[in-house]
This record gives sequence, structure tokens and C-alpha cells, in this order.
Amino acid sequence: MPGHDSAREIYRQALPVIGVSLIAGLFAGTILGSETMRANIAEVPGLLLLLPAFLATRGGVYGSLGARLSTGLHQGIIEPRFRLDRRLTNAIVASFLNGMTVSVFIAVVTYLTLVLFGDGGSLFQLVGVMVVAGFLSAVLMITVLIAVIFVGYRRGLDPDNVIGPVVTTLGDVFGVFFLLVGVAAVRAVS
Amino acid sequence: MTDPSPTAIDEWSIRRIVRTMIPLLAALSVLQLVSGTVLETYEAVLLRYPALLVLVPVQIGTAGNLASITCSRLTTQLYLGTYEFSPSNPALRANAAAVFGLAATVFGAVGVAAWAIGVALGGSLALGLVLLISLVSGMLLALLVVVASVVAVEVSYRVGLNPDDTTIPVVTNLCDIAGVLILFAVVSVVL
Repeated sequence: MPGHDSAREIYRQALPVIGVSLIAGLFAGTILGSETMRANIAEVPGLLLLLPAFLATRGGVYGSLGARLSTGLHQGIIEPRFRLDRRLTNAIVASFLNGMTVSVFIAVVTYLTLVLFGDGGSLFQLVGVMVVAGFLSAVLMITVLIAVIFVGYRRGLDPDNVIGPVVTTLGDVFGVFFLLVGVAAVRAVS
Repeated sequence: MTDPSPTAIDEWSIRRIVRTMIPLLAALSVLQLVSGTVLETYEAVLLRYPALLVLVPVQIGTAGNLASITCSRLTTQLYLGTYEFSPSNPALRANAAAVFGLAATVFGAVGVAAWAIGVALGGSLALGLVLLISLVSGMLLALLVVVASVVAVEVSYRVGLNPDDTTIPVVTNLCDIAGVLILFAVVSVVL
């Protein structure tokens, strides 16, 4: 019974999920601690400042897309295959808009914070990095999420149990990696 | 073409999804800038010791995970009637013990891993030091997770809000931010 689990039982059940996010965190941390990323952090003021917000919103945007698709599947109002279904495209477009809007918002707020504390920083650079990183995350997260949820659902897997680990793992690892790509892209055009 | 359930499509309109989510996401990211400010303050230390940079995403992720497990368990137990706001309550004790056990396991493993990755990335922090930072901040975080979850469930129950809707977003975000704050509080004492 869920109300009567012993501490040992809770521990045993929760460890695999925590373990997945731990491995993801270590991967993300390794990219973050890499020489290239450290050079970027030193070069781009505000990169560390926006990092937690950028990672947290990945979870918010794509976690809710996953939950929405999963609910839709359970209700039978969307079908587990790629078709130009109105609800499916709406959900995808909305999460893309959410992801991009919030990325730009984070860049602007980060810039304002830097100005406020007198650290300097470039609005163009921050917005550029976030647009690139936000766009790449959106494409990757939406693609993988839909694939995993649909394929999983057709094979009898409850998407509700899969979304959490998928979003955490991919969001953290690729979030940090795409920040790196974003800095490189902005450096290339400026 | 007629839609069989015209009201359901409204829940799936782009405008509606965006309007509901954007204020929430914006507020969330402003809140997360608090931990960003702490990271920015410690930039020089982080760049010198990559092991600490490795700890950052792990600390953030694990804190939120432990918090969401604890909150959703407490809420379920509240509805089942097995939970009571008392230190001698068996359900509460089991949850707390499990969180501390999980934190000890995870942050012990993380300490060793972060040290090894840090060395590979050219860092110089000793294993004992990284392990100490990871374990002390991890156990403090576990304590915060338990206290914050119990308080959040209790408050939302007394106020009459459904704890399922309110506690998880509030406590997970609080613990994400506190994870970074605690980590650097410990770093500033140890280093």
C-alpha cells in the first residue's frame, strides 16, 4: 500500500529515478567544467547568471508538453502517430513559442541584472546565445519527446512514467551543450 | 468538419497554452536568477576548480527530484489518512529516513565522480575536500527538502488549496535555488 511503505522500500523505488538524473547532471557538469566552456564563461559576462534559469525552463516547457501529450493519449483525443493533427501541432507550436519567448526573456533579464550590478555585458551576445540555444533545445526536445512518447505508448509504456527522466536527462545535458554552441555561433557572426 | 468535442480543442489552442505558461515560466526564470547571481559571484572559484562546476547541475537536479518525491508521497498519504503532522508519525518518519538515505548515497557517489571529473579537467581539489563539500551540502539539502515539504503540505492543506497543485512546483523550485545557495555556503566555509 502506498501509505505504508517502509523507508527501505521508498529508497529502493526512488534510487533508479534519482540515479538517472544524477548521471545526466554529471554529464551536464562535465560539459560545464570543460576547458571550452570555462573559457566561454570567462569571456561572456552573464553566462553563469542565466544558466539555472535556462535549465529550469527546459523542464517547465517540455515537461508540460510531455504531460499534455500523455494526457491527450490517455483521453484518446490525440493518436500516437505523426500526422498533421490540429491538437498535436498546436501543442508543438505552443511549446516552441514558449521555449523561444522565455529564452529571449531570460537573456534580457540577465542583461538588465548585469547592468544593474555594473558588470557590463552585451545584450546582442546574450540574446544571440539564448536564441541559438533555445532553438536547438526546442527542436531536439520536441522531436525526442514525441518519438519516445508515441513509440513508448504503442508498446504499452505509460508516458507519464517516462517524461520526467527524459526531460531531465536531455534538458540538462543538451541545454549546457547548446549554450556552448550558442556562444560559438554568436562569436562567428560578430 | 465538425469536431466531436468542441470544448476540448480550446484546452489545446496555441493562444491558451502560451498565455497560461508564459507568466509562470517568466516568474520561474526570474526566481532562478537568484541562484544565477550566486554562481556569478563565485565565478573565479568555479573556473579555478572545475569539480565544483560539475557539482552545480547535479545539486540542482537532485534537490528538485528529492523534493518532488517527498511532496507527492506526503500528499498521497494525507489523502489516504496515514499522514499526521507529528514527528512520531510512521509515514513521515519513513519518508524522512528515505530522503536522508538517498541523499547520503547520491551525494557520496557525486562527490567521488565530481572529484574524478575535476581531475580529468585539470582541477586540483583533493578527494576528501570534494567529498566533504558534496556530502555536507547534500545532507543539509535533504534536511531542507523534508522541512520544506512538510511545511508546504501542511500550509496548503490548512489554507484549503490542493497540495498536489501547489506544493511540487513551489518546493522543487525553492530546493533548486537553495541547492546552489547551500552548495556555495559550504564552499565558502570549507575553501
